[in-house]
Amino acid sequence: MTATAETHRLTTAKAMVDGIAAEMERDPSVFYLGEDVGAYGGIFGSSTGLLDRFGATRVIDTPISETAFIGLAVGAAVEGMRPIVELMFVDFFGVCMDQIYNHMAKISYESGGNVRVPMVLTTAVGGGYSDGAQHSQCLWGTFAHLPGMKVVVPSNPYDAKGLMISAIRDDSPVVYMFHKGVMGLAWMAKNRRAIDEVPDEAYTVPIGKARIARPGAAVTVVTVSLSVHHTLDVAEKLAGEGIDVEVIDLRSLVPLDRDAIVTSVRKTGRLVVVDEDYLSFGLSGEVVASVTDVDPSLLRAPVARVAVPDVPIPYAHSLEYAVLPRHDRIEAAIRDVAAA
Amino acid sequence: MTVPTAPPPAEAPGGGPEKIDAETRVELYRTMVLVRAFEEAMLREYHADKGPGFDIGKGLVPGEMHLAAGQEPVAAGVCAHLSTDDAVTATHRPHHFAIAHGIDLRRMTAEIFGRETGLGRGRGGHMHLFDPQTHFSCSGIIAEGYPPALGQAFAFQRRGTDRIAVAVTGEGAANQGAFHESLNLAALWKLPVVFIVEDNDWGISVPRSASTSVPSNAARAAAYDMPGERVEDNAVEAVYAAAGRAVARARAGDGPSLIEVHTLRLWGHFEGDAQGYRKDIEDVPGRDPIPTYERTLREAGLLDDDAVSQLRASAAAHVEDAVTFAKDSPAPDPAEALRYVFAGGTS
Ligand SMILES: Cc1ncc(C[n+]2csc(CCOP(=O)(O)OP(=O)(O)O)c2C)c(N)n1
Repeated sequence: MTATAETHRLTTAKAMVDGIAAEMERDPSVFYLGEDVGAYGGIFGSSTGLLDRFGATRVIDTPISETAFIGLAVGAAVEGMRPIVELMFVDFFGVCMDQIYNHMAKISYESGGNVRVPMVLTTAVGGGYSDGAQHSQCLWGTFAHLPGMKVVVPSNPYDAKGLMISAIRDDSPVVYMFHKGVMGLAWMAKNRRAIDEVPDEAYTVPIGKARIARPGAAVTVVTVSLSVHHTLDVAEKLAGEGIDVEVIDLRSLVPLDRDAIVTSVRKTGRLVVVDEDYLSFGLSGEVVASVTDVDPSLLRAPVARVAVPDVPIPYAHSLEYAVLPRHDRIEAAIRDVAAA
Repeated sequence: MTVPTAPPPAEAPGGGPEKIDAETRVELYRTMVLVRAFEEAMLREYHADKGPGFDIGKGLVPGEMHLAAGQEPVAAGVCAHLSTDDAVTATHRPHHFAIAHGIDLRRMTAEIFGRETGLGRGRGGHMHLFDPQTHFSCSGIIAEGYPPALGQAFAFQRRGTDRIAVAVTGEGAANQGAFHESLNLAALWKLPVVFIVEDNDWGISVPRSASTSVPSNAARAAAYDMPGERVEDNAVEAVYAAAGRAVARARAGDGPSLIEVHTLRLWGHFEGDAQGYRKDIEDVPGRDPIPTYERTLREAGLLDDDAVSQLRASAAAHVEDAVTFAKDSPAPDPAEALRYVFAGGTS
């Protein structure tokens, strides 16, 4: 991207679509399929306008048959097309996981690298609006745990476009997980960073490179997606009290930018991990291990992990807010670690 | 439509088309009116405090809301043959079946409002209603209510009862693997199940013509060697008759049947759905099944102005009592958010 590039203010959802459209324009083998991605434009705006622009042969509504149409994307990718296939909510992966983790993710390896599966699986994640236990999970730890698929999780418009273009161009399968709370949807609570200047031209954001969302010297907070915004809000507040928080937006879980984590903790000596996925066996443990595997003595205080405490996401507002990593819990964790 | 390759429903064990008595006809109407009163109250409560604009996470009833207005004939016609000993697994659009099956309206409403007095103590919400008293459940994952219904039927069969399970999906969900696997297994093991498909023409924004390779899911029953029947026109008495045959067959130990009802989603897929994709929107009100059935019963001399207003008033009172109960109930204590993950925390 050049300094003189034209930009427009876009929501994260529109930026994501912008990235898809740019690649569909450039590469006729790219197509988008899934439930309600045509006339509806994607339940979370992930394909708005694409049908009008590219027609029903490249923007394709499917039956509610995830095994069939995600598997279809795998087969088309094997034959050299570049499908983008949407699983409406990540919570629905149970009905089609075999095609994802035994086929999409393993064919490259099983074929000794002779077969490529250049596809993108997009899916909506996250809660915070009382959609209950089957529609509010993040589950990125589950996908990141299973080998063979890259997992990207943008938090803002710029990254949403750049990571999408990188994902489409990648010859490996990429799972692209967008949190409903960062998309800038008209019908959902918005954070103020959900709309931002986005270059009109096509550009890439490298998969596997974390971003320092806010530099700081006192405490490192490693996080991703909507939690980046909560953490930035808290960091701004704490800055006024002299607690200088460094916020790292991982942007992708696979590959995980372990160097960025270690470099930051080397500087601050203190680590908080904020993760909207379940606590146990997931991202937060992996981030901590990324430090302790290298040099446990980098940590000058115990680590704090703010995550969902291994409970299905409750429906009632009072309960959901009690288990999600939100401002209050993030602030308390940072204060504890900073003071320790 | 009856699929010729399957045994015609009229000859199925358990008898032919049932005669319907006056009392049952009024009862069907009463159920439909109660369901509609409930859905109208939910519509009101759901939208009351979403503004300014529309924020799905705001208000007394936050989250997604799928209302079943227009689909009352299916639930009323089917559940008229059931007792609360029979099981019903419904979909993400569950209220009409829950009510027709006799769920406690107060506790159901309290759950939808996310209250501690709710069926799931506020943990579940509107797509996750579980009531052991009436063996009712539902699921937000498409078609995934079908397999558990097999298990309930299996348990009833093993215990030598004549209890049955009713499993419901939409026509969109009938393209899901779980639907086909369930039909096969139920037929293979002659499980006492009645499979219901609510064909309201739409899976969110995707019309049936773009999702389903056959004109009717009744045809698919033939692939699993079970009777399949399609009821046209959202006609409650035709649903009642078809369900009577299927229920009798299941109770007699002759195995599963499938009934598809051509019904109508009167409102959006979920509340907040502007339905820009929908072309049939203009003529929808004309096809509302409740006034249609009301006219039929008036013409038969079973309802008059007095009876109608009395039935409506009593439905409204029943619903308002439930809504008031829900609003007066406490929200769950955040300190108890982790309770009930494992068995034992139910005291
Ligand atoms: C496995 C799965 N895929 C997708 C969805 C999202 N979804 C919820 S309802 C729905 C449409 C269902 O259509 P239909 O089965 O016809 O029932 P209706 O909503 O019309 O009552 C979809 C696609 C889901 N809940 N579960």
